[in-house]
Amino acid sequence: MSVAETLHTRSSVDHDARSGGAPNAEGLKKDAFMERLRLFGLCSPALFLVTIIMVLPVVWLFYLSFLNDDGAFSFEHYQRMLDGKSYARIFWTTFQVSFLTTLICAVIGYPLAYFLAQLPRRAAAICMVTVLLPFWTSLLVRTYAWLVLLQRKGLINTWAIDLGLWDTPIKIVHNLNGTLIGMVHIMLPFLVLPVYGSMKAIDANFVKAAANLGARPTQAFWKVFFPLSLPGLFAGALIVFVLCLGFFVTPAVLGGGRVIMVSMSITDKIELFFNWGAASALGVVLLVLTLGTLFIASRLLKLDKILGGGKGGH
Amino acid sequence: MSWFSSPASETQITHANRLWLYTVAGLVMLFLVVPTVIVIPMSFSDSQYLEFPPRVWSVRWYEHYFQSDQWMAATRTSLLAAFFTMLTATPLGIMAAYGLFVSNLRFAHLVFIVLISPMMVPVVLVGIGVFYVYAKLKMVNSLGGLVLAHSMLAIPLVLIVISAALKSYDMNQEMVARSLGASRFRAFMVITLPQIRFAVITSALLAFITSFDEVIVALFVSGGDNSTLTRSMFTALRDQIDPTIASISTIMVLVSTSLLVMAQLFGKSKSEQ
Repeated sequence: MSVAETLHTRSSVDHDARSGGAPNAEGLKKDAFMERLRLFGLCSPALFLVTIIMVLPVVWLFYLSFLNDDGAFSFEHYQRMLDGKSYARIFWTTFQVSFLTTLICAVIGYPLAYFLAQLPRRAAAICMVTVLLPFWTSLLVRTYAWLVLLQRKGLINTWAIDLGLWDTPIKIVHNLNGTLIGMVHIMLPFLVLPVYGSMKAIDANFVKAAANLGARPTQAFWKVFFPLSLPGLFAGALIVFVLCLGFFVTPAVLGGGRVIMVSMSITDKIELFFNWGAASALGVVLLVLTLGTLFIASRLLKLDKILGGGKGGH
Repeated sequence: MSWFSSPASETQITHANRLWLYTVAGLVMLFLVVPTVIVIPMSFSDSQYLEFPPRVWSVRWYEHYFQSDQWMAATRTSLLAAFFTMLTATPLGIMAAYGLFVSNLRFAHLVFIVLISPMMVPVVLVGIGVFYVYAKLKMVNSLGGLVLAHSMLAIPLVLIVISAALKSYDMNQEMVARSLGASRFRAFMVITLPQIRFAVITSALLAFITSFDEVIVALFVSGGDNSTLTRSMFTALRDQIDPTIASISTIMVLVSTSLLVMAQLFGKSKSEQ
């Protein structure tokens, strides 16, 4: 920072001229700090926007969740959540959908990321488009596409009947299966990209060394490559799981009212019943679940890195 | 079959051993792309039930879309909102990223977390929160309110992209410009900004697409004359499968594809390509 300090001298001379004191380390330090504080002020418009439109409303919702219908302080909404069977079902559905989506994404996304990571540069760039195109395409459009493909007279049913796989149109959409297919499709890029990134960061010499020491290709993969790619897989799975917890559009369209997730229940409470208290309480629980998952996972991931470091990895 | 028995990597695995991997990866790539792309030919079908391949080709759903005042108004709102979100979120995000980077204060990472929190908080919660505030401020169904809410959602993306670019940028260049008499603002505009322009373009495109594709916040705070395209589509989807949506989908796929191509062409420096 020596250059920076020299540069600050000019302004600190002004400062000293104003205050009438001799230039000294104390003044320079103070000036540098003030300058940094002023630069920090550049954050304020963004910070203001995020605070006014998101942080304060969320705090307000938190407050609302503790008010009963008469406006008095109570745990009524939370109490109802613990008692009611319908709430338990909503939370169970949310967890089920999130967990299954994450699992399927990991199982089919990992091989794809591995394939992409092994390809030569140019071919990888071309194949990467198949991951990036859905990533950039509106999730509403993709959800709609699945609705069209999976409906009773849709492509999947028509083709399957033509091929003789089944005789009468089966119900693939407006239930859990349809929701899962759509969710996996939407979430897959969020898993593939971090896994691909972590695979690219693995030093290829490790695998070569394993082969050189007599490991068969599968052994080299499972004992050396796979453990090193795990942080990326965990990170990707975490992103997918957390995004699924709060997901709304795809289950609302492809679930056909049979798959009610927490976020859908929140909007229903606002749009149909104008029950801000109950909606806020659900929202608070959803937020706590999301942030809690992130917090616990970040602890686990760090732990994993430390363990990996201890074994001589990265 | 020389290719099959040739080594596929530096361990002694052959392409034949890897055939299962190629199959799985190929199927997953088809799974990713086909549903998005197949809507395009289907949108040119004459039938009420979208067919593939269409028995009779027609552009009637496109006509229906372009002749509907409602859909046109929604498209206009979406494009305007996305454009103004881009113009708002990009400078705010750049300022925040630069401010955090050069000030380097102890609590900077805390501010960073607050600024990227719109990405972590479930969107539904953001939606009802914004709705609540706007109801008090009488800003529901206004374009300005929608732009502000979407800008807030886009700021984390801009911040992350620009911060990453600044980390690999040599700040001494700006110091040199300032030692030669340029003000900090001028030094940034003339020296730093042109060198991080690829990140700026990428983040601007991301801000645009964030707003253009956003559904949930729009569901709460856009309505009436200022309904967005995604809001109208979502409402239409819940009721019935209107083939007009296939034509709108096709147009949206084209928009996002061209944005992706732009990001690939202009959003990457030579060294990254």
